[in-house]
Amino acid sequence: MRVQLTKLAHARSGDKGDTANVGLIALRDEGYPILVREVTAERVKQHFRGICHGDIERFELPNLGALNFLLHESLGGGGTLSLMTDAQGKTFSTALLRMQIEVSDDEARKLELN
Amino acid sequence: MKETIRIAAGQGFWGDLPDAPVRQVEGGPIDYLMLDYLAEVTMSIMQKQKARDPNSGYARDFVPLMKRILPACVERGIKVTANAGGVNVRGCADAVVAVARELGLGGRVRIGIVAGDDIMSRLDEMLSRGIELRNMDTGEPLSSVRDSIQSANVYLGAAPLVEALNQGAQIVITGRATDTGLTLAPLIHEFGWAADDWNRLAAGTIAGHIIECGAQCSGGNCQYEWRSIPNLADVGFPIAEASPDGTFVITKHEGTGGRVNIPSVKEQLLYEMGDPHEYITPDCVADFTTIHLQDDGRDRVRVFGIQGRRATEFLKVSISYSAGYKAVGTLVYAWPDAYEKAQAADKILRARLDRLGLRFDHVLTEFVGANATHGPLAGEPRADAPEVQLRVGVRGQDRSAIERFTKEIAPLILTGPPAVTGFAGGRPKVEEIVAYWPALIPKSEINPKVEVLDA
Repeated sequence: MRVQLTKLAHARSGDKGDTANVGLIALRDEGYPILVREVTAERVKQHFRGICHGDIERFELPNLGALNFLLHESLGGGGTLSLMTDAQGKTFSTALLRMQIEVSDDEARKLELN
Repeated sequence: MKETIRIAAGQGFWGDLPDAPVRQVEGGPIDYLMLDYLAEVTMSIMQKQKARDPNSGYARDFVPLMKRILPACVERGIKVTANAGGVNVRGCADAVVAVARELGLGGRVRIGIVAGDDIMSRLDEMLSRGIELRNMDTGEPLSSVRDSIQSANVYLGAAPLVEALNQGAQIVITGRATDTGLTLAPLIHEFGWAADDWNRLAAGTIAGHIIECGAQCSGGNCQYEWRSIPNLADVGFPIAEASPDGTFVITKHEGTGGRVNIPSVKEQLLYEMGDPHEYITPDCVADFTTIHLQDDGRDRVRVFGIQGRRATEFLKVSISYSAGYKAVGTLVYAWPDAYEKAQAADKILRARLDRLGLRFDHVLTEFVGANATHGPLAGEPRADAPEVQLRVGVRGQDRSAIERFTKEIAPLILTGPPAVTGFAGGRPKVEEIVAYWPALIPKSEINPKVEVLDA
């Protein structure tokens, strides 16, 4: 079944120059392997098309049940150069949580997603 | 040696809750108060202030704050680490000395000064020796913006702060020191950690990272169960309660609002994170994939297992330079067809700018209420939206073009689509853009200077 990421994760985002970072954290430890499988750099690049104009890097933090994404060329030049309302990428966190991912019925039962 | 040291964060940035440091001092036991005042472009603002008035150029709020808390700090032996000195550390320290004497605390407070971060006057000499100070993001050499540079400061690590504390300073004032160093230095000083004890240095650095954004780790801006976070009106700023073995607990004062739990700490750990395997500071390279968190009771999270590696041979330089001008204009369109009207107004505005032959490096239109934060991910705006704000920004090198743009916003009220308002503030302001240029410099180029004054 398809579920929105917001059912499985919380997130925080910030900036470094023209790069936004999004930390995606599993709400429950059992959800982390699903994030690793479903929320790939390619899927995130596709999700942020029209927003992220550069590469996307993904890093795994199994110790925190979290993934960290770097979205390059996403902030209109970044810092004081940017004209964007969200020049610091603070709302990229919930933008990522809009993503729909695929979970098995079994996983959905375990994570009580129904 | 004390069993634990409690380091309290009092400011997450220059302009954070003014009373937070006072509450950290008065709200319960602490050993250190850590205050981070400097964002990336703050140095350039301070450099400008100092050019106008040689006695300014530091975080002025720090002085009245010290006036308020210094008696309690002296009485209870609370020490303060603050990068409030900006580009005039000496001026800031002199002002604090004057305050101490005014309070009758002369002879009872020693004030440490850490300088040597300002390399503005050495830039040409460095460039001539082949130190290119290339932009870490774009790879461009600094010479391409040499004439526009407004400030250049090296991020100093914990070592000079430790030296000041070792010389008996109770208040340590720095210029551009790292946020994390303000927390790490007290731990090195108190626990005698060795300069190559990479795991403990990494632990102290990560403690600093967690508390350096103030309440952002204790319930502020926290997505996890945000509705149930109690009493943010009285949010408790974080405290790192550290042990000599490098483990620490993140907590806050009893009776304050907010919440410290594993999700709130995880969110802050990931804030502004790059490659988690290498969080590079002047003091060490910390590995965020080794952090372990454990629930340690109400509003307490224990952090342990942290590993680090040898520091690099470089320091980061924060350079600011003038990069043109910008302005942002806004108008609000009301139901019905608010989004459609805002779009129509944007087309009219752009046609007028074109006809005027104005040139900009960038023009950005956003529709607040429709797509300003999540762009196309937000989907097509509702046709019956109660209101939409049109927000148009322009950026360029020619100040007069930006000025002209600011005169084209208000006329849209009488010459564009109907049901429009929201122009009480007058014409948009033209802002000079001071941009940030991060670079690396060999550590051997920099010699921090430490001085301790008696109040």
